[in-house]
Amino acid sequence: MGRYLIRRVLQFVPVFLGATFLIFSLVFLIPGDPIRALSGDRPMPASVQQALEARYNLDKPFWQQYYLYVAGVVQGDFGEDFRGREVTDIMRERIPVTFKLAIYAFTFEVAIGIAAGIMAGLRKGGFIDNLVRISTLIVISIPIFVLGFMAQLLIGVRWGWLPVSGLGDGFKSYILPAIVLGSTSLAYIARLTRTSLAENMRADYVRTATAKGLKRSRVVGVHALRNSMIPVITFLGVDLGGLMGGAIITEGIFNLPGLGNAVFRAVVQQEGTVVVGIVTFLVLIFLLSNLVVDVLYAVLDPRIRYE
Amino acid sequence: MATEAKESTKSSIEELEFNPHAPLLEVDDLHVEFRTRAGVVKANDGVTYSLGEGETMAIVGESGSGKTVSAQAVMGIIDSPPGYITKGAARFRGVDLLALPEDERRAFRGEKMAMIFQDALSALNPLFRVGWQIAEMYRQHRGTSKTEARKKAIELLDRVRIPAAKERVDSYPHEFSGGMRQRAMIAMALALDPEVLIADEPTTALDVTVQAQIMKLLADLQAETGMGMILITHDLAVVAEVTDRAAVMYAGRIVEQGTTKQIFRASYHPYTLGLMNSIASPEQKGTKLIPIPGSPPDLLHLPSGCPFHPRCVYAQDICSVDRPPLRDLGDNRKSACHFAEEVGTGAK
Repeated sequence: MGRYLIRRVLQFVPVFLGATFLIFSLVFLIPGDPIRALSGDRPMPASVQQALEARYNLDKPFWQQYYLYVAGVVQGDFGEDFRGREVTDIMRERIPVTFKLAIYAFTFEVAIGIAAGIMAGLRKGGFIDNLVRISTLIVISIPIFVLGFMAQLLIGVRWGWLPVSGLGDGFKSYILPAIVLGSTSLAYIARLTRTSLAENMRADYVRTATAKGLKRSRVVGVHALRNSMIPVITFLGVDLGGLMGGAIITEGIFNLPGLGNAVFRAVVQQEGTVVVGIVTFLVLIFLLSNLVVDVLYAVLDPRIRYE
Repeated sequence: MATEAKESTKSSIEELEFNPHAPLLEVDDLHVEFRTRAGVVKANDGVTYSLGEGETMAIVGESGSGKTVSAQAVMGIIDSPPGYITKGAARFRGVDLLALPEDERRAFRGEKMAMIFQDALSALNPLFRVGWQIAEMYRQHRGTSKTEARKKAIELLDRVRIPAAKERVDSYPHEFSGGMRQRAMIAMALALDPEVLIADEPTTALDVTVQAQIMKLLADLQAETGMGMILITHDLAVVAEVTDRAAVMYAGRIVEQGTTKQIFRASYHPYTLGLMNSIASPEQKGTKLIPIPGSPPDLLHLPSGCPFHPRCVYAQDICSVDRPPLRDLGDNRKSACHFAEEVGTGAK
């Protein structure tokens, strides 16, 4: 297991290089001149432009730009944006917001999704099962921005139950965005749990557990559920990574100063260093959560062993 | 709290009025049906048999004949839906199990009756250690402490002749061989000294040498404990070797019943006769095996009259009209054939 972990962590290096390179080239390929755009409609003096280009290495060829960037990152310098702010400072400020949002959404979707999936899976074809299947189908089919604006309009504006924008109310500010962000995954988790549990309830070892004279709560909770969680855990790993980066739309709708918001603004303003820095960070988070899932597999299922 | 609850369920079955003179297990006119989309399948259509202490009874039949279903109904582990017990009784020392509330029913399982299954690999939970799964019997039924339950699990593994039980107790099912897995299943079933053991094709998934070992183990354990055993199988060689009595099932009903000796000496039902003729034996060396013509019936659309008549060489007009009841032929043997006597005496 130890060697496996080391190998997996070493794999992060090429992925990191590949990801930064890809994103760096994409930003480089965006048409338009980011420096000239800084001054808007007014003309920019040639000397100012040259000085800025030199400062951000934009006057150098692509390969050199990339090399200088990576060399900086290796030394812990992620560069700065056009206003002279360190990218690491921006990230330090934004990460807690995105993390909180992701963790709340994750908790919400896991708790409700698994509970709904269990209730539906135990009585396949019953009332709760149909309710869960139909409601999750609806949630899956609605685009997240529609859901977001609807929630904002109804719950926030018309009924005034929860704040709709910004972070002024602390935890309360996160509730609505977290629900919107977690809703689609919740639907998938509920469906996965349902199918998986219903299938496992028919498994031979569940019949054995019943034949052993165990209480039904134990047959389901200990014997069937643990087996049913394996596909759900797979989904959760990918999902947690997705929640961190996929919050661009939700953060936009609810005006939360998180990473997604920052990336969006940086893309629009062609601030390469910010985009590459944040996206690379998100890629690493994604890799890390997948690694955690793979390790969880082995904990959950003794038949899986890593060398 | 939890321990108290456990003890109360155990004592609740102790308080039941068992009749020590009643048969150990008596299945009476059991009807089980499966309600599927395609229609209703009568998996058990009036099954009656009884089992005494220390006795081994075989239930023989091909797949779909309802032999497993009858055992699952007795255990109370039929998947419902789609399976429903619609009629009949299963009396344990005079107490009708089918009439008991689920809580008492559950306490019976493991405590008084246990079951082992065909494929031990899928019947054991792949995610838990074998010893833990055995210990769970003591932990949940008796509230035994963890260390004590583990000790008992090791003793049991030793009793079912698993070598190095002390080390094996912490293995997972996939680390066991097929034979060892079935031994572990047996250990789990015997944990609480049940009075009835139902073995559902316990050796079908094993290779021949291991089959013999497992059958020997079961026979030895039965002799040791004096429990009654129901052996569900389609292997007539096994039936001949270890059982006292046999019931042959076809399309949800028992078609012939008697002592194993009687049935092997002379079958009184053409289906049993067909089964006998289709097994190889050293005495018949050089002669051809005669398979039963046709294929097992479609349970959704059973043939009229006797469901075996389309495959039966004795069939007459009456057979397609009138379904023969299980008749007493005297000397404790029964057959559900209009021409039982002719079949038995070999008149044709």
